[in-house]
Amino acid sequence: MITGFILRALEGKIIVAVGILLAVALIVPALNLLTPPDSALHIPTYVMALMGKYLCYALLALALDLVWGYCGILSLGHGAFFALGGYAMGMYLMRQIGSRGVYGNPDLPDFMVFLNWKELPWFWYGFDMFPFAMAMVLVVPGLLAFVFGWFAFRSRVNGVYLSIITQAMTYALMLAFFRNDMGFGGNNGLTDFKDILGFQVQAGGTRAVLFALSAIMLALCLIVASAITRSKFGKVLVGVRDAESRVRFLGFRVENIKLFTFVVSAMFAGIAGALFVPQVGIINPGEFAPANSIEVVVWTAVGGRGTLIGPIIGAILVNAGKSFFTGAFPEFWLFALGGLFIAVTLFLPKGIVGTIQHGWNAHKARQAAAETEKGRDAATPPMTQQAQAAE
Amino acid sequence: MIMRYFFQTIFIWMTLVVSTQAFAQGSDPKPLFDQLADANFNHAETLVGQIAATGDPRVVPALNAFAEGDLYFRKSDKAVFSAKSAGSQLELIDPVTGTSAGQVAKGAVTKIKVNNNLRRAIRAALGGLTLMSPDRGARLSAADAILRSPSAEALELVEAALAKETDAEVKARMEEARAVSLLSSDRSIDEKRAAIETISGLGAAGLGVLNSVAVTIDPGLKPDLDKAIASIENEQQLWNLAQNVWYGMSLGSVLLLAAIGLAITFGVMGIINMAHGEMVMLGAYSTFMVQEVIRTHAPGLFDWSLAIALPVAFLITGLVGFVIERGVIRFLYGRPLETLLATWGVSLILQQAIRTIFGPTNQEVGNPSWMSGSFPLGGMTITYNRMWIIVFSLTIFFSLLFVMKKTAYGLNMRAVTQNRRMASSMGIRTPWVDALTFALGSGIAGIAGVALSQIDNVSPNLGQSYIIDSFMVVVFGGVGNLWGTLVGALSLGILNKFLEPSVGAVLGKILVLVLIILFIQKRPRGLFALKGRAVEA
Repeated sequence: MITGFILRALEGKIIVAVGILLAVALIVPALNLLTPPDSALHIPTYVMALMGKYLCYALLALALDLVWGYCGILSLGHGAFFALGGYAMGMYLMRQIGSRGVYGNPDLPDFMVFLNWKELPWFWYGFDMFPFAMAMVLVVPGLLAFVFGWFAFRSRVNGVYLSIITQAMTYALMLAFFRNDMGFGGNNGLTDFKDILGFQVQAGGTRAVLFALSAIMLALCLIVASAITRSKFGKVLVGVRDAESRVRFLGFRVENIKLFTFVVSAMFAGIAGALFVPQVGIINPGEFAPANSIEVVVWTAVGGRGTLIGPIIGAILVNAGKSFFTGAFPEFWLFALGGLFIAVTLFLPKGIVGTIQHGWNAHKARQAAAETEKGRDAATPPMTQQAQAAE
Repeated sequence: MIMRYFFQTIFIWMTLVVSTQAFAQGSDPKPLFDQLADANFNHAETLVGQIAATGDPRVVPALNAFAEGDLYFRKSDKAVFSAKSAGSQLELIDPVTGTSAGQVAKGAVTKIKVNNNLRRAIRAALGGLTLMSPDRGARLSAADAILRSPSAEALELVEAALAKETDAEVKARMEEARAVSLLSSDRSIDEKRAAIETISGLGAAGLGVLNSVAVTIDPGLKPDLDKAIASIENEQQLWNLAQNVWYGMSLGSVLLLAAIGLAITFGVMGIINMAHGEMVMLGAYSTFMVQEVIRTHAPGLFDWSLAIALPVAFLITGLVGFVIERGVIRFLYGRPLETLLATWGVSLILQQAIRTIFGPTNQEVGNPSWMSGSFPLGGMTITYNRMWIIVFSLTIFFSLLFVMKKTAYGLNMRAVTQNRRMASSMGIRTPWVDALTFALGSGIAGIAGVALSQIDNVSPNLGQSYIIDSFMVVVFGGVGNLWGTLVGALSLGILNKFLEPSVGAVLGKILVLVLIILFIQKRPRGLFALKGRAVEA
């Protein structure tokens, strides 16, 4: 049954996208590691790190698309789930530093020694074990999404109200993580990582593997998202998006449907954060900033919400643009981003992929119509007139 | 010989006459000071009394200097001076006229010694001197001085001064000073009981006095004393409460200012205006520009700068709002989430534009004179800028309410938001009303910016710090209801300030956010929810 569920996910576009992602996962690290630095095909490590970052953002955008594009929940707090996943990974990496920190304390991370703490707080227990930390990457964002969604969806908070309280949620978390007493490193966050599973974080090979993992994870999540949206459940999901009351009156438990999607999406975001942190080398409370979460929304909107492929393309395009602009004209990046927000909502409400898809479908429909037209012309002309009138 | 004797007699007699005359109108204290040069402590005490008895207010600085041990006599002629150090030398100052008498080496003068008894005598003399002073302010501060450091010695002086006092306020203060001094004297228990009664009305200062005598006091008075202390502590708690409420109202008024424009654009029109904070920021920058122009062209008008900035900020931000509505938002009606994104884009552009024009640093916006300083009210201190901001935010609120409820334009606006098609059929130009309403909301945000420029850093990020709070206020208060915004802002402000002392500022803010999130679960439509058909619209 599971295989059937997965197989159904693999329709044309998704197969192509997964194929491309897997190819990227192989080719880019290979070009980075195996070609000599002066070769025309060589990909420098910094470019690979940048691309790895884009892939993590793409996964985050995919997560948002699942709730926004398919369920109509515009979350302005997805950055929070991303950051929580990142912090879970960061805590594991901090524990791996061991006694190599500045203060050389085998148990306590540097910032705790600095704050004169005597023992590890309880919520840091277990983060020295990789499987536990990876479980937390999923559990912590998932649990937050579950509790938050449980309350919000049950009392039918929706539309802009939900957007605003998700924004308040990430804002409150940001303020909380900025506090030194929270035990997450305050405004410096967690950084100075040494190694992951015994491999050096900075080493070329580790970076290549992390990059490949990002691409593979994105492909996996894409398959899962596609499976969800193409299942019967996915149809109901779209129903919730388009006519929530009607779906409720048909006897579906709308709040459970929303809750499930929200939690899955939060877990995707957590995975993205966990892959992001070792590649970037730092996680700090700035990731919780409401502006970050809103930026994710624009990636999704640019690519095309409700298309799964769109957000991935959108995230990569916008971030590549950001890297280019902040390098070439740092003054103009915010103008460009702001203009993009306005232009996409005004002129491209379906996003890039959505518009192309729409154009393609319209083209197909016209072709089909022309075909039937021809056939009908030959047979009974009066019928066509009737059909045209009906159209 | 006889002649010489005669002249001497005449001379002495004349001196006597002169000096008695001088005594009659407050004799010259200068010779009395000079006698200090070789007086022992007892004699000095008498002399201080005599100096004070001249009633000449000019001796006050010299007596102060004496108490501090800064009174010297010149070895050459035994003339007495107060002195302050000027480099390696001492600058001599005439004890009566206060004029400088040149600088001398430290070795040329000898310090006149003081002991504690003498100091006390000097204090008492000083208190008496200023208590009798013809200057009302000086008398008041003398009474205050005794209130702060009461002593039994001052009692007689206070009573003497009290007998002559005519000014009601000074008299009341002296009564209090008398009561305070009386407690440490050896007067009868009944008088002390009355004094405790008086002191219990004094607040924090009285509490200190009562606590200081609590150990030594007559056991018979102990119950009275305890009662007085308890009553003062009670009162202080009340004042603390009042102070917290005041701080809360002050914060609430800032929230109200920030949110009130949003109550129009979001609350009434339903536009998720993420660029709202930037309107506030533009208002603050308008103030900055107005002040710059005034500084360079008409410095005399500086106290009026805020009044001038108000219409300027209203027009500028109103115009920007108008352009945003016509250029972007009108294409997005009925798609609230898209409006959110587009206005967020607008806010990024406005921020970057301001950053490009004015630079990323904070701009200096001055406070006019009537907005700086503070005054005490009972047991709390009220700063003028906070007070004016509260007054100002309430004024804006009520004028806005007036515009909405009592003018033709407000009527049109409500008609359009309640039933757009019906309003349109009745001949109201709905697009025009939309644009004007959005411009009004933006303009009010700009006016808020003028006020907020007085208490916050004027930087391109100014708006960002208010946007989330503003939305919280509007959502908490109930969308579409101006009263809800008022109540929401004030209650959030007060709640914040009451949480702050126990959990700290940041955690308090987090708690408030969490409470609002929980509150919205309970009442998704806010404190004052609209009822009926408007809910579904």
